[in-house]
Amino acid sequence: MSRYREMTRWRRNDLPRAAILRSGQSASGRASGCLVLLAAAVCGGSAMAEPMGLGREATPEEVAAWDIDVRPDGQGLPEGEGDVMTGEMIYTERCSSCHGIFGEGEGRWPILMGGSGTLDQERPVKTVGSYWPYASTVWDYIHRAMPFGDAQSLSPDEVYAVAAYVLYLNDVVDDDFVANADTYAAIELPNADGFIPDDREATELALFSGEPCMTDCKEHVEITMHAAVLDVTPDGAGMDLEGAAIAPGPAETAPEGEASAMEPAGTDDMEVAAAEPALVEQGKALFPRCRACHEVGEDAGNRVGPHLNGVLGREAASVEGFDYSPAMREMAADGLTWNADKLADFLIDPRSVVPGTRMVFPGLTPEDAKAMAAYLGALPEEG
Amino acid sequence: MAETRRAFLTAALAGGAGLVAGKAAAQGDPAITELQPWSRYLGDGVDARPYGKPSRYESHVVRRNVAWLTADPISSVNFTPLHELDGIITPSGLCFERHHAGIAEIDPAQHRLMINGLVERPLVFTMQDLMRFPRENRVYFMECAANSGMEWRGAQLNGCQYTHGMIHNLVYTGVSLRRVLEEAGLRPNAKWIMPEGADASAMTRSIPIEKALEDCMIAFRMNGEALRPEQGYPLRLVVPGWEGNMWIKWLRRIEVGDEPWHHREETSKYTDLLKDGKARRFTWEMDAKSVITSPSPQAPITHGTGPTVISGMAWSGRGTIPRVDVSLDGGMNWYRARMDGPSFDKSIHRFYFEFDWDGRPLLLQSRAHDSTGYVQPTKKALREIRGVESIYHQNGIQTWHVNERGEAENVEVS
Ligand code: HEC
Ligand code: HEC
Repeated sequence: MSRYREMTRWRRNDLPRAAILRSGQSASGRASGCLVLLAAAVCGGSAMAEPMGLGREATPEEVAAWDIDVRPDGQGLPEGEGDVMTGEMIYTERCSSCHGIFGEGEGRWPILMGGSGTLDQERPVKTVGSYWPYASTVWDYIHRAMPFGDAQSLSPDEVYAVAAYVLYLNDVVDDDFVANADTYAAIELPNADGFIPDDREATELALFSGEPCMTDCKEHVEITMHAAVLDVTPDGAGMDLEGAAIAPGPAETAPEGEASAMEPAGTDDMEVAAAEPALVEQGKALFPRCRACHEVGEDAGNRVGPHLNGVLGREAASVEGFDYSPAMREMAADGLTWNADKLADFLIDPRSVVPGTRMVFPGLTPEDAKAMAAYLGALPEEG
Repeated sequence: MAETRRAFLTAALAGGAGLVAGKAAAQGDPAITELQPWSRYLGDGVDARPYGKPSRYESHVVRRNVAWLTADPISSVNFTPLHELDGIITPSGLCFERHHAGIAEIDPAQHRLMINGLVERPLVFTMQDLMRFPRENRVYFMECAANSGMEWRGAQLNGCQYTHGMIHNLVYTGVSLRRVLEEAGLRPNAKWIMPEGADASAMTRSIPIEKALEDCMIAFRMNGEALRPEQGYPLRLVVPGWEGNMWIKWLRRIEVGDEPWHHREETSKYTDLLKDGKARRFTWEMDAKSVITSPSPQAPITHGTGPTVISGMAWSGRGTIPRVDVSLDGGMNWYRARMDGPSFDKSIHRFYFEFDWDGRPLLLQSRAHDSTGYVQPTKKALREIRGVESIYHQNGIQTWHVNERGEAENVEVS
């Protein structure tokens, strides 16, 4: 008892006084103080709270690794060089499966060219050529986010080349253009002056303010349009657990990848199909859609995805040196092997067969998937 | 469950709820006269549900995707089921998602926040470092600038989940962005910041320093728990009242600069094309807006005539919502709705309008007034100024047509 008491009794100064951090109080009431200062365009110096000493200084290497942004004035453009012709090669291999050979966009993937003169028309087409104000954004975006599913994998030289090619597709540069920090920063895009600052304050706020009419505001009311007429609402919205199916909309809005409407073809068909030369040809013709990420044939190596030589009959996730997703490795551990059936299912909708797979692919139609499985099955084991 | 619910809805719609209730009264309602299994047998113990989920009878209350909108669900959006929700706070698991490269699954121990650019000291923070700054709790709505964007040309999607579901409203816990920037020390020419995400889209936006210092937060919790992965775990930027795209998720870096970056999401996207082919840029604030969430196409009136509750939500990127008006006749006459629940700056507000439905068709509308005096405009008024191609910032008045059976439909009126 007495021992216990001794252990829990402290004397004055044994315990710290609350060292209230001045900055700890800056949180409340900070806004107004700074805003007033801001009106005079200063919000620094004495208005600032004192540092608390949290965090540590970033090293120059760390800043360099993350500071990848590029601005219209050219700030951030790295050393390097690339020309349109090299860009075309890179583009064909790594971009065209989604964006189309000429930037016209496969399916519903973004289109990268055309549309000039359409911005004030009924259906404007907004592209790098018709809409984007700055070429720097093309460089920055391709570098930070493309190819989709393998971001930041292009070297500065490659980005210069492929950005130059995208600009060439839009008639912004000639085919002999060589892009580097100087030449690239000098490019002007046609729609550079197409933007105005937010003018809602002048054009809308006053107009939309004030006491509105409350009674007898109109003589009569008529329905001028029904959503049901343009029925593009997902089926069974809110009343159906499955709900996943989409109601086919008007032709123009119908999903391109309607393929994924799952009609798994029978196993037997698949096996027979593997031998059909016409089918193999059909599959081969589709391979450009995979080429952004996979190689086949002699010297095939791993790219965004593993090489696909001998994939039919191969255990999933078994190519050495390829960094598969945990999801794919797990499925492999559970015994997933690529027979024609599984392969086709996977190509119709990769994520339904391997939830969490890293393969980002819109999916083939069941018919095309069958052809692709046939083609892959007909490939020699080792390139 | 879907079947039961559908059957219930159909029965209610066909015969009117009065009939069902009348029959039950005559013979004694079996829900009362028969012993129910849950009244007799034991249920799950406390170990069965370590992280609680909604009742299985609520399993239809989920986010939904409109597959044809985008090429791939990896860079896409799904919608909050607003018609099933009430009050002002959105449950964490129902908050709409918009990703540009899928959901980054980040180990917080490996997460860093870097501040660089026009600062005295470029700094790196771990999650633990950030937790040592003074914290703030704030309730804010977050709305995608493209919310209701599919409706520019006319009524298109049948349900407020789809027409208005790119919004959520949460209690955020985090630290003041101002405080963190001050830790690095702003240089005098610091005019803009550029937050950047750690996901494979490395999302970036330019934000003027005034806003950054005014009320932005670096948040690590939503509704008291850690951010959900799809909402940016472990860190997201909170930019109160401004378009959702700027609320960078998986926040890994903030660069300070003297000019905006004009990156893809503020040039190719999130610029508002007007009739004359010019586009507004940097339209950050979300205009005042409201929608009736029930009744609505996914939430028809199933109880027949008599006392009826209209429930709706309203919000403004410029302040609070002191008032909402409701019309039952397509805007000929308006009534003041009853505001209920807490009113926070730049937060969703809940309104109700209770009335006796006589079974005649309704043309339901709501009209928000914000604390600056701005009144939500009609779609027609918006189109006169902006045309129909601007995709973003469509905050026009929504109309639901409710027929004699109580079914609701998305329409436009003269
Ligand atoms: C797997 C499909 C895929 C591949 C391969 C791909 N992209 Fe993309 N690209 C996309 C998607 C999806 C978007 C839109 C992403 C978003 O909105 O978040 C996009 C957007 C773009 C945009 C912006 C379009 C606009 O108008 O806003 C450019 C430019 C672009 N990609 C260039 C490239 C280049 C160059 C390559 C090759 C190095 C490439 N992409 C490879 C899918 C792909
Ligand atoms: C945008 C890049 C991309 C495209 C396009 C793509 N794949 Fe893939 N693919 C991948 C990645 C990444 C993986 C590894 C997936 C994982 O680990 O989860 C993969 C895995 C596979 C696998 C499993 C391989 C194994 O070793 O287990 C097959 C088979 C496959 N892809 C076939 C195809 C075919 C056929 C096409 C064209 C119709 C295609 N892919 C298009 C990226 C892509």
